[in-house]
Amino acid sequence: MACTTGRGITRIGNFSRIWSSPCRGLQTAVHDQSPPQTKSVNLFSAVNQALHIALDTDPRAYVFGEDVGFGGVFRCTTGLADQFGKRRVFNTPLCEQGIVGFAIGLAAMGNRAIAEIQFADYIFPAFDQIVNEAAKFRYRSGNQFNCGGLTIRTPYGAVGHGGHYHSQSPEAFFCHVPGIKVVIPRSPRQAKGLLLSSIRDPNPVVFLEPKWLYRLAVEEVPEQDYMLPLSEAEVIREGSDITLVGWGAQLSVMEQACMDAEKEGISCELVDLKTLIPWDKETVEASVNKTGRLLVSHEAPVTGGFGAEISASVVERCFTRLEAPVARVCGLDTPFPLVFEPFYMPTKNKILDAIKSTVKY
Amino acid sequence: MAQLTRRAAALNKSLPAAILAARGLATASTSPITVETSLPFTAHKIDPPSRSVETSSQELLTFFRDMALMRRMEIAADSLYKAKLIRGFCHLYDGQEAVCVGMEAAINRKDCIITAYRDHCIFLGRGGTLLEAFAELMGRKDGCSKGKGGSMHFYKKEGGFYGGHGIVGAQVPLGCGLAFAQKYSKDESVTFAMYGDGAANQGQLFEALNMAALWDLPAILVCENNHYGMGTAEWRAAKSPAYYKRGDYVPGLKVDGMDALAVKQACKFAKEHALKNGPIILEMDTYRYHGHSMSDPGSTYRTRDEISGVRQERDPIERIRKLVLAHDIATEKELKDTEKEVRKEVDEAIAQAKESPMPDPSELFTNVYVKGLGTESFGADRKEVRTVLP
Repeated sequence: MACTTGRGITRIGNFSRIWSSPCRGLQTAVHDQSPPQTKSVNLFSAVNQALHIALDTDPRAYVFGEDVGFGGVFRCTTGLADQFGKRRVFNTPLCEQGIVGFAIGLAAMGNRAIAEIQFADYIFPAFDQIVNEAAKFRYRSGNQFNCGGLTIRTPYGAVGHGGHYHSQSPEAFFCHVPGIKVVIPRSPRQAKGLLLSSIRDPNPVVFLEPKWLYRLAVEEVPEQDYMLPLSEAEVIREGSDITLVGWGAQLSVMEQACMDAEKEGISCELVDLKTLIPWDKETVEASVNKTGRLLVSHEAPVTGGFGAEISASVVERCFTRLEAPVARVCGLDTPFPLVFEPFYMPTKNKILDAIKSTVKY
Repeated sequence: MAQLTRRAAALNKSLPAAILAARGLATASTSPITVETSLPFTAHKIDPPSRSVETSSQELLTFFRDMALMRRMEIAADSLYKAKLIRGFCHLYDGQEAVCVGMEAAINRKDCIITAYRDHCIFLGRGGTLLEAFAELMGRKDGCSKGKGGSMHFYKKEGGFYGGHGIVGAQVPLGCGLAFAQKYSKDESVTFAMYGDGAANQGQLFEALNMAALWDLPAILVCENNHYGMGTAEWRAAKSPAYYKRGDYVPGLKVDGMDALAVKQACKFAKEHALKNGPIILEMDTYRYHGHSMSDPGSTYRTRDEISGVRQERDPIERIRKLVLAHDIATEKELKDTEKEVRKEVDEAIAQAKESPMPDPSELFTNVYVKGLGTESFGADRKEVRTVLP
């Protein structure tokens, strides 16, 4: 039912939206038999809907961050302050460490603290609070305290011309920290369902939103409250020759590469990881056992990126089944560049080349 | 005075001198004129400097020209951004020019300046050229950071300009490090660490302040209070918007940041204080006409009346224009000619910058480490790029 709309990934204007094969393995909290009401919306509107629902369904939920009272720089929080009041939706000063520390305290009292860091590039002043305070609160207090109600939303990734401090993809830093979850949606529908799951998950979550897709990705999104499961990957395209694993905005690029590879007779299976920690090894393992080959792609620099972790795990689990070395098509090991962004990015053609050389290995 | 002559030579050239010569004022050009600052200084834990500022015809004309040039540069950057010739994030300084020129008039190039991302005009003040600025904005080879930094990352080492930094507040602790090095080498110079009213709420600012005070560092923390931290008014973000008092145990001075002469007086005072006694905070009460960045129209969180009110009542260029006319240093026409000339200069620099090539693709891998990454690229898409540490 709702599945047919699960794959509307768009990224750049001239890429057509992809509706072709029905999606698989998409589990939603929508159980009723009647088809849900859907509406075509973009990613920031889907996030906005999720925040409305989160505040509406839980009187102890709060949204705050830099400029969120006015709707935020990406319009994700539009209308929230008007509907839920300035006591639940408010601006903070420009102080990321303070914002996250404050959010941890708020969450520790049993509230749902939904904090926004305006750009993922600005999250580093808050790194200590996330890594040392949020992630270990439950463990070190012997389960007396936790900040499970904490969700940190932050836009990540390239936008075409963001330069050094408005383009980074810091997900791997947080994947090194047991105690938090890292979730990245690929589309509006995913964003809404995964964000609601993240907000309601009893663990602190870093929720990275692909800012390139805020306006570009448009998809049919159910209007009601629904959740998509965390730590469950999804095979969004079935194939037999090679498995491609990615997340967030990168999936649309990978999907284009899959389609081009298909024209050359290579059948690619594409997996959206969705939750980076704790991640769904079984789905990836099953896919690699089927295809015998793996390619991982992300925008963050290749060295120490989360692709390295996936690669190592797959080598451990599928060693005898692998027909070729695991390919990683990622950002380069340089700071995120300004004028050289096209060189830096793991583009469709780079992926296509890697698919071909891996299959022909 | 030597400094003024040098400034005039560096930043511009002949015009103030030409006007003065034409009016037979050349010899009188450096004779002192005393002007009262528009507002008194408000001080915290220190006796404020006098409101009477000594200046000269030469200096007033230089202020006028420099600020007009900066204003024109920023307006041009706005157009270039809208034409998509400038990419990345771009923050404009128009409205705040008096802080830059006033500060420069009080210090020398051995003194250091470090600021955030609103850095174009500070760069110019430190002796940077329009060509370097526009080329950097457009990501070209001739840019001051070889086109690799863009709008937010201007630097000028020989001018003591430690640059444009991207993360709100992060440059202030760096400034204290610069000041420590200056104190250690006993070269009687100071560091001006600039930040905005938004950054004033960052925790690291207080860490930096404590260290600077603890070790009596010659650090001057300059809070450019333009009253909006991105889209949030100061009173919504700060319990105490009296930023000059925020140092608690560190003295502070609130300055009319729209009055270049008041800024000059305050910076001169602060430098003397810092060399003798350690850090001081200067809160510059100023205003940005543009939005926070190019994606902010700047009109959703403040009224148009407020902006036009500041333009009419407090504009830093108009203030100097009035002084120049009042002291009969130049005619209205001569000032208009200066503005026309400045406009031409900016247009020429833009044309020249557009001719500048993009940096070589291999520059993507240089300067990551001392020896670069020992790698080459082979075009945007088709070839694998291997990066190998040297």
